[in-house]
Amino acid sequence: MVPPAEFGSYYGRPVLKRPVWKPLDIAGYLFLGGLAGGSSVLAAGAGASGHGALARPLQVGAFGAISLSLVALVHDLGRPGRFLNMLRVVKPTSPMSIGSWLLSGYAPLAGAAAASALSGRLPRVGRAAGAGAALLGPAVCTYTAVLISDTAVPTWHDGHRELPFVFGGSAVSAAAGLGLLAAPVAQNGPARRAAAFGAALEIGATRLMTRRLGLSAEPLHTGRPGRLMRAAELLTGLGTALALGAGHRDRRVAAAAGAALLAGSAALRFGVFLGGVRSAEDPKYTVLPQRERLDAEHRAAG
Amino acid sequence: MGFFTDTSVCIGCKACEVACKEWNAIPEDGLELTGMSYDNTGGLGADTWRHVAFIEQSRPPGGVWTVADHGRVDVFAEAQRLGRPAGDGERIAPVAPEGRTELRWLMSSDVCKHCTRAGCLDVCPTGALFRTEFGTVVVQQDVCNGCGYCVPACPYGVIDQRPDDGRVWKCTMCYDRLGSGLEPACAKACPTDSIRFGPLEELREQAAERVRVLQEAGVEGARLYGHDPQDGVGGDGAFFLLLDEPEVYGLPPRPVVTTRDLPAMWRRAALAAVTVAAGVAACCLRRAR
Repeated sequence: MVPPAEFGSYYGRPVLKRPVWKPLDIAGYLFLGGLAGGSSVLAAGAGASGHGALARPLQVGAFGAISLSLVALVHDLGRPGRFLNMLRVVKPTSPMSIGSWLLSGYAPLAGAAAASALSGRLPRVGRAAGAGAALLGPAVCTYTAVLISDTAVPTWHDGHRELPFVFGGSAVSAAAGLGLLAAPVAQNGPARRAAAFGAALEIGATRLMTRRLGLSAEPLHTGRPGRLMRAAELLTGLGTALALGAGHRDRRVAAAAGAALLAGSAALRFGVFLGGVRSAEDPKYTVLPQRERLDAEHRAAG
Repeated sequence: MGFFTDTSVCIGCKACEVACKEWNAIPEDGLELTGMSYDNTGGLGADTWRHVAFIEQSRPPGGVWTVADHGRVDVFAEAQRLGRPAGDGERIAPVAPEGRTELRWLMSSDVCKHCTRAGCLDVCPTGALFRTEFGTVVVQQDVCNGCGYCVPACPYGVIDQRPDDGRVWKCTMCYDRLGSGLEPACAKACPTDSIRFGPLEELREQAAERVRVLQEAGVEGARLYGHDPQDGVGGDGAFFLLLDEPEVYGLPPRPVVTTRDLPAMWRRAALAAVTVAAGVAACCLRRAR
């Protein structure tokens, strides 16, 4: 059903408050957290299948990305000095509380795995830490979807069914991108295949989501978020094509593919973030779907 | 305990706004003219815990009420013509004598809804937001670390962050006054009893009676908003009697607490996590040569 163009509002003012999160910090975290979690998973797989030259830079990259994430998250707080209050309670109803505990478990493991990969010391401890990080990695890269979906922001909330898959796919393609950038071509096989898997998951889930959402997807198609979303699909597709085409024989092509995949993943996170902000700023996206639901209930009640 | 705001008797005096600001020592947050109506407050925020909406509507007799648009009226030009015979600029006149248009003012004092199922409280990661012994929702300012999660979680757009302070602020229903057996400052200051304070069950009974009286008296459009414990937020601790659709007052027509869908979200995220793990594992099946 095509929603009516006319809708009531209080002088066109937004119903919702605009998220106060700074785009660079939080959209940046969505990207870096995904990169970290995905890299830990891919590193463990690469290590187990004898791709040491791929696993090592991924372990280091995962720890670097999660460290930057923590800096961004603390920086975004209104009271950064109180960041430890995040660990004051455990609240399953708050994805941010669960995420804080998740990161407190994940970051030290990623750190130990990276330290061992860099120094070559304590390989057994490094492997165990890497396995632990890989176990938490998938949660690190998909919980962020719940984090933003669990709000009243129309585009984020309405996308809650597909968004974990969008973010999971984007995390894998980013990790694959890092692997393609850092590993020699003889060892980048898992990264090339992960690029294809991640890209398929990311692009497929994004298309499914925007098709299902209807009006709530409109902010993802127009303006700056729209440009970012189109760039994301283009870059991720291009990176995958390059990786599969010549990523196994030409180091420069592999590096270009890796850069494209990383950029694609970042563009997707900023696109989704800014699209959500836009959907909160325009009362249309709040009022119209609720009005439809209310009218339908009235009709059903007679 | 809660608020019942009967907008049919609100006169838009803004005594509630002032009393709230004074009692709670809320900082000044701009002295601007919005130019849209007599409402120069704009909306609820970190430093505005009561907000009086003001809506001017007109309609042809028996027609549909629409917001009167004064956007293109030049008040200085209109003022210069005062005392002269009216020309084609009659649109600023509040009442057309021949009854060509009807005009009405809607006024409503908005406030935090203190939802029974409060999104802000649910998502707060520090436990700074809590449910008081009065059933209200309050921020503990010595705990809030300014993560800002509650801001987009509120389906009514109430709670907000003070930029210079970093923490979030909203109506406490005068927690300190309630503790001393006093009613909140806004209700105390309201000269027409538009803002009533009391136990929610009693207020709901009064509201049902009031809306019945208004409807019998032929006041079209009188309805209750946020009174139903079965609604998407489990009923509001501050509910309203409105004379038009909620969205006209800047209220969401059918809000739902976001955490209602949280179990489904966690399930989808778990499924996606398993997909990621299995997919990447499958990419690493072939051993290096």
